[in-house]
Amino acid sequence: MYLTDEEKNILAGGQGEVMAKIMKTLVMYGDTFHADRFVDVTGPGGHLVTSFGVSIMTAMFDVMNEIINAGIKTKTPFTVDPRPTDNKNVPSNLIQMIVARVMYGKQKDYEEQLKKLGLKNDQSFTCTCYMEEVGNIPARGDVLSWAESSAVVYANSVLGARCNRNSAFIDIFGAITGRVPNFGLLLDEERRASWVIEVRTAHTPEAQILGSAIGLKVMEKVPFIKGLSGFLGHELTDDAKAYLKDMGAASASNGAVGLFHVEGLTPEAKDLKDALIRENPKVYVIDDAEMERVKNSYPVMWQNPDAAPKLCFIGCPHLSVHQLISWTERLEKSLASANRKKICVKTVFTAAPDVLAAFALTPFDARLRATGARLSYICPLMYMNNPKSKNLPVITNSNKLRTYTNSRYYTDDEICSLIIKGAAL
Amino acid sequence: MKKTFNGRIVVCGEASAKAVVSRQGFNTLASFQKSLLAKKTDAVCSDQNNPDLYNKPMAHMALCLPQSIGSTTGGLVFLTASAMGAAPACLLFSEPIDSLAAAGAILSDVWTQNSMPTVDSLGQDFLDFVKDGMQVSVAMDGTVTVSD
Repeated sequence: MYLTDEEKNILAGGQGEVMAKIMKTLVMYGDTFHADRFVDVTGPGGHLVTSFGVSIMTAMFDVMNEIINAGIKTKTPFTVDPRPTDNKNVPSNLIQMIVARVMYGKQKDYEEQLKKLGLKNDQSFTCTCYMEEVGNIPARGDVLSWAESSAVVYANSVLGARCNRNSAFIDIFGAITGRVPNFGLLLDEERRASWVIEVRTAHTPEAQILGSAIGLKVMEKVPFIKGLSGFLGHELTDDAKAYLKDMGAASASNGAVGLFHVEGLTPEAKDLKDALIRENPKVYVIDDAEMERVKNSYPVMWQNPDAAPKLCFIGCPHLSVHQLISWTERLEKSLASANRKKICVKTVFTAAPDVLAAFALTPFDARLRATGARLSYICPLMYMNNPKSKNLPVITNSNKLRTYTNSRYYTDDEICSLIIKGAAL
Repeated sequence: MKKTFNGRIVVCGEASAKAVVSRQGFNTLASFQKSLLAKKTDAVCSDQNNPDLYNKPMAHMALCLPQSIGSTTGGLVFLTASAMGAAPACLLFSEPIDSLAAAGAILSDVWTQNSMPTVDSLGQDFLDFVKDGMQVSVAMDGTVTVSD
C-alpha cells in the first residue's frame, strides 16, 4: 500500500506511539485487502457501532483510554449506536434492572470516553444516524469510516455513499486519521453486482424476510434486485426508504451484505442500470414459496414455544417518524376492528432520541401512547442480552433482533394481530 | 492421514490446536456473545443459526471457516475474546478473509498480547478435508497442516 510521507511519519511514531499503532492497524487492514493507498474521509461525521459499556469489555476501555490519554480526537463529531438501557420506558423487573446495572456498569464511563473522543452530543445514540432529525447524512459519493452493519448498507445502497463494512475500532481509527484504505465498496468495480435477485412474489414481499433471504444466499456479495420497484415505485419516498432500511438490515445481519442495488430505485441502479451487473451473475429467484421456506427455517428459541408473548419490540433498526406514524394508524385501525381500546402485549417502539423528539411534536405521539404502546431510544438487542431478559417470550418484526437473540420473528401483520389479541398464532 | 495447505498470511504466527469447523458463514457476535457476557474463557458457540458450531467449543481451537458474517462489532468481539483468553488459537479461512474478521485478527495482534495467527484463501479443498477434532498446525510461513 502506497503511503505518503506524512503517513510514513505517523507509522514511524512521528505523532506518538498511539497514533503509530492506529496507523499500523489501518495499514495492515489495507494491505490485507490490497488497498493501493489511503483516501480522505468526507461527509458530515463518523458513526461508531460500539455504544455499550459492558463491564467485561476491558480491552475496549483500555484501547479507548490509550487514545484519549494521548490527546487524540476524531477529526469531525460522530454519532454512535443506541444506548443499552432505558428503565423508564422499557418494561423491566427489579432483577432485570439490577443485572443490567451490573452488566452495563461502565456505561457512564464509556459515554465520557466517547465525549472526549468527539461524540456529537448526548442525543447522538442511534443506529439510524442518517435520519433527517439526527442529521448525520452523507451525500452520494462521500467516503465514510462508519461501522454498524445496518447503517453501512443503507448509506451505500440508498444514499450512494461509499463505505466498507468496517468493524468497531476501524471506524474510530478512520475517523481519527481522516483516511481509510482504498478498497472494496469504495471502488466502482467492487460496487458491481455478482448476483441478480428476481423478485416474483404476488404482493410486496415482507422487507425483513426478503432481506434475510438475500443475505443468507449472497453473503457478502453485491445483489442487484429486480422486480421490487414494481412494488416500491421509482422514487425514494418515505415508504421506500423505510422498506430498504429494514430489508438492508436483515440482509446485513443474516448475511454480510454491505451494498445492494434495486433496479429503477436506488441511485446507482437508476444511473447505471444493467451495467452494474457483472458478466454471468448468479441468479436467485424469490417467489412466495421461497419467502415461506425462508421464514419457516427460523428456529424457535423460546423455552416454551407455545408461550404467550410478554413483550414486543418494533424498531430494530430504529424507526423513522414516518414509520411511527404508520404504526399509529395501523394499531388504531386494528384495535377498532377488534373492538378494543388497548394492545394487550407490552410493546416498545424504538427510535433515535432526535426522532422521538420530532415525533413528540406531532399529534400521533399521544395517539400511539393511547394504544398502550411505549416509546424508547433503547437498543432492543442490548436489552435482550441481559441474562434475565433473554428467556422471556419476546416477539419482534426485526430479523436482526431474531438473529442475535432468542426473540421470535413475526411479520408486521402477525405482530399487529398478536399484540392486539395477545394469543399465540 | 496428513495434508498440507498453503494460504495467505493475514496475521503471522505459529499455532497448534484441534479443529472446529463451520461450513457456513461464521457469525462472530452471535457465536461469542453469550460466553463473553458470562465471562467464560471456555467459549462455546451460541449461534442458533449455525448447526455446524452451535454449542461447540471455540476457545483455543483452530477455527476453520469460509468467512465471517453479521454485526460490525465482529472485530471488537475477537479483540475482547483475545484479551480475555477466550479466543480461538488461530483463524483459518478457506476464502479470502472478510473485513470484520480481518479487523479482529489485526486488532488482537496490534493491541493485545494474545495474537491469533490468521491465514486465508486456503481453498475449498481445505474446508472439505478438515473435520472437527483433527489436529491443525500453522507455521510461520502460513503453511497449514491438518492430520487425523
